[in-house]
Amino acid sequence: MDIHVTAQEASPDERAAVDAELGPPETGWVGGTRRIESEGRVAFGGHQRHPQRHLLLPVLHAIQSRVGWISPGAINYTARRLDVAPAEVYGVASFYDMFSLSPRPAVVAHVCDDIVCLTQGAEVLCETLEAELGPPGSPGKDGRATWLRSACLGLCERAPAALIGAAGKDSRERVLAPADSKAVHVLIGEAIAGRLPAEPDALGPKISVPQAGHAQLRLLRRVGEVNPVSLDDYRRAEGYAALSRALELGPEGVVREVIESRLLGRGGAAFPAGKKWEALLCQHSPGSTHYVVCNADESEPGTFKDRVLMEGDPFAVLEGMTIAALATGAERGYIYLRGEYPLAAERLAHAIELARQQGFLGDNILKRGLRFDIELRRGAGAYICGEETALFNSIEGYRGEPRNKPPFPTQAGLFRRPTVVNNVETLVNVPEIIRMGGAAYARIGTANSSGWRLFCVCGHAARPGVYEVAFGTTLGQLIDLAGGVRGNGQLQAVLLGGAAGAFVSPKELDVPLTFEGTRAIGATLGSGVVMLLDATADLKRILLRIARFFQQETCGQCVPCRVGVTRQQEALTRLLDRHPLGSVDAEVRLLRDMGQAMRDASICGLGQTASSAVESALSRWSLFS
Amino acid sequence: MLWGSNARETHPIFFHHLLKGVRNGAQLFVIDPRRTSSAEWADVWLGIDVGTDITLANAMGREIIAAELTNQRFIENSTSGFEAYKKCLEKYTLERAEQETGVPAGVIRETAHAYARAERAELCWTLGITEHHNAVDNVLALINLALLTGHVGRYGSGLNPLRGQNNVQGGGDMGAIPDRLTGFQHVENDELRAKFERAWGVKLDPKSGLHLSGMFEAMERGELTCLYVLGENPVDSEADRNRAKKLLGGLEFMVAQDMFYTETAKMADVVLPAAAGWCETEGTMTSTERRVQRVRAAVPPPAGVRDDIEIIYELARRLGRTWGVPKAECIWDEVRTLSPMHAGMRYQRLEEMGGIHWPCYDETHPGEIYLHGRLWQTPVVGPRAPFSVVENELPVDCLNQEYPIRLTTGRRLDSFNTNVQTGRFPSPLRRDEAIDISPEDGLRYNVREGERVRVSSRRGSVVAPVRFDPGLRPGLAFLTTHFHDQVATNDLTIDAVDPKSGTSEFKATAIRIEKCQTN
Repeated sequence: MDIHVTAQEASPDERAAVDAELGPPETGWVGGTRRIESEGRVAFGGHQRHPQRHLLLPVLHAIQSRVGWISPGAINYTARRLDVAPAEVYGVASFYDMFSLSPRPAVVAHVCDDIVCLTQGAEVLCETLEAELGPPGSPGKDGRATWLRSACLGLCERAPAALIGAAGKDSRERVLAPADSKAVHVLIGEAIAGRLPAEPDALGPKISVPQAGHAQLRLLRRVGEVNPVSLDDYRRAEGYAALSRALELGPEGVVREVIESRLLGRGGAAFPAGKKWEALLCQHSPGSTHYVVCNADESEPGTFKDRVLMEGDPFAVLEGMTIAALATGAERGYIYLRGEYPLAAERLAHAIELARQQGFLGDNILKRGLRFDIELRRGAGAYICGEETALFNSIEGYRGEPRNKPPFPTQAGLFRRPTVVNNVETLVNVPEIIRMGGAAYARIGTANSSGWRLFCVCGHAARPGVYEVAFGTTLGQLIDLAGGVRGNGQLQAVLLGGAAGAFVSPKELDVPLTFEGTRAIGATLGSGVVMLLDATADLKRILLRIARFFQQETCGQCVPCRVGVTRQQEALTRLLDRHPLGSVDAEVRLLRDMGQAMRDASICGLGQTASSAVESALSRWSLFS
Repeated sequence: MLWGSNARETHPIFFHHLLKGVRNGAQLFVIDPRRTSSAEWADVWLGIDVGTDITLANAMGREIIAAELTNQRFIENSTSGFEAYKKCLEKYTLERAEQETGVPAGVIRETAHAYARAERAELCWTLGITEHHNAVDNVLALINLALLTGHVGRYGSGLNPLRGQNNVQGGGDMGAIPDRLTGFQHVENDELRAKFERAWGVKLDPKSGLHLSGMFEAMERGELTCLYVLGENPVDSEADRNRAKKLLGGLEFMVAQDMFYTETAKMADVVLPAAAGWCETEGTMTSTERRVQRVRAAVPPPAGVRDDIEIIYELARRLGRTWGVPKAECIWDEVRTLSPMHAGMRYQRLEEMGGIHWPCYDETHPGEIYLHGRLWQTPVVGPRAPFSVVENELPVDCLNQEYPIRLTTGRRLDSFNTNVQTGRFPSPLRRDEAIDISPEDGLRYNVREGERVRVSSRRGSVVAPVRFDPGLRPGLAFLTTHFHDQVATNDLTIDAVDPKSGTSEFKATAIRIEKCQTN
């Protein structure tokens, strides 16, 4: 690659951050000190260096967390180190919300103003911060700290939420939920002083899992009950028993059980997991490279179940992945975790390390000759990276733009190799299936939706949190389980499935929460969001917030989505401002028309579902007339 | 293997195809004194000293033999002269090669092994090989490597001189070479010549003509007094420009036929404005891969401008011969009757097949995408491919204390040769001419970037601004020949000519750099 860099040089800090990821530069040709007398006769590059491209995202993370922003000099140095054109580095860095390409104070408070937090006073919090610190992004506190509005941080059971990061040699990140302006100020002050305290540990699981301790729980049974940083405790609580059983069953046996279980993917698309696994198993031959990827980029607004699992039961994720690897012939796995989950990152990294040490990952797992290892990759604030092919591009060091399908991931996925991608919750079901047998698992739930499901009950619920129920439970029963609407509130609407989901009305509480049941009323389970909205919620503003979310999160690659989400936001703004183009009816027709175009012509799920919530609301209520 | 080629800049379309190969896993080696933008794409760059190509090639050959990586069956079946070649290689040890080329012995060994072990390997070269006083020897040294390993005459393996223009190959094919008639048929072969004489109804000179450098020598001797220049600008492109200009000025009569009013045209007695071959005329062109393709007129030429064939037909008419109405297809059909390798290339077939690679002997022949496949027949059909004994000779313009810096010349991405064609449109990349030196030499000569320095060779002296290029080592400098109005690079270059090819040693000039007094 011929690298044309500008004159800006990386600072010593920036170099140190990159070198910490990549090791020191080997020669002057790749950004090290020029030693022309010894290096002027030979240089190595090409195939030896290009496979490093996948390190681009970790390198950018390293710069961002060390320096607080990514300068042109840092981009130049990264380009030379990785043999990637600076324009490409810029293209990738500018793709992600968590990276700043202009100078920014070291301490940043990201304050969620997404739909759930809006129901819990996020707007008041933002207004207070604006009054005290200035508008978002302004360098308040002597230029040492700033605050920014953020999309959903996945802490909806404790809304409103904030994420505070302090860049530096000893960078730190932690969340704050529920957040108020006083607590945000305190943490900013501590961060500036270099002593941002860790998140209080006891807070999480009990609040996040109101059912914690109930005997009938399966997926959540260890969360809040078993120490998540102890592999021994995990093993005492049935941990890794399923992997032993899977080793006895062998790859064909495991795939057979998972097919029999009729397990459908829990990430939103509800694809039969066994079919994916079988596709890889069929292609496997000695020497072929397969990958297992755990999609932990949980970014659908209102969704937090995967976070709770990863924070509370990280080894279960690893065990599920290891069984998947056994079944599919993969020797390498990736967990792609959304960047806003610092605690989950810490827990998973720790779990991976312990699993390696104790022979549950590595070259000879359980001394049974199984070879598998897992690498944890952090996203950097891009909803679209939850789309599986965008996720591959992100891991590979490209902009997280979805690819055309076919080829499907099982044919050409990560690094163009056959790849199985499963959601965190899907993988956590796998040890249960192996333990009880696929046929027995299939008897739980309904004919077309087998097993248990985690629901993220949030919004105006009395007891928000992750709930585990068998498929077939009705929406009304689930709401009752969460204590109904908070206070003496009147239920106005429920958003099922998050921003990409659909609104249902209080008349529809009898709908069984199954894939087929929700489909029958034109809704979806999606990622399991059940967001309650009481009479105080302003549905119109929520619709506009959803439209703004998609407008911000579209990758811009394909036209129907890029243009459609923008026009959708504009039309809703006009309706909200009572300045419709033509008439209200004309605007509603326009919204439906654009929705159809996006569904028909977008290459990925983002565009295909970007109008879903808006259209479902328009068909249930006359909001604007 | 790109040897003496900066295809990234000088053959960008070809390089684009090469990169597809790289994406598919092909390894790329670049041998070039400079770490060019092509070299930056390479798996291995070997930064040899200018004019030590034969040493490198011979040392690679010796290593391939020593490591028993030769294709013995191919050598025995299809080549001749192996023993003499092997004997000549004995003295080209890796240690000697390291000393002469500057490239570490281990890297030379690895390169030799990679080339020999590859299932398929291409050797591509450009002017870094041929603009030397021993150009043909350089090429022969590379051919030896291909013969040694059997990397020739097979799909994906071969020897490729990259052509500098869309139709250089076609020009040669049509007989614009001093000793050849159309289709590479030797003019001194009585039988072949007689065929052309019969077809054309004239007697042809039975002796080979002169190549360009030979013509200048003939001018110097007063034997050549009249010159018809078609699409060439020797005033700016010849080495030792002052001498070239003087000789052209001394001609009795010169005609220049060109699309542009070049520096040469300005000196001509008659200027014949010619149409643009790529958009204003009908015909064919032949790319570097020997693919003959149709070219069509998209627009008529401007008023007063004519197609080259029209001009030549009209010239013939004024000289008393009537050839009829000039029509490209008729001329092409005549080519097909006289040149066996073009015989099957009817216009209709060229269109249908999107071009045909020569040779194409009849209308059922699909053309051949690679040459010399016959060498793989057992026993070999036709003459064996000879190994050549070639020894390294350092450049004529030697370095000494007075002229300690090696100047080499070349081209940049957005400019072409003397800029006749490319100077007429703006380019965001183009920058003014400057002498490229290493940052270390900048320190050594106490000059800043942009500062104007005096650059002197044994023949002339120019003033040029300095630019630092980290791809250069101390003692190595670079200029282009694009901007003679800014820096007359060929005032410096030497006209030491390879007697076999007629090419001057543009790639190796000894210079010194001095601060200008007036700065």
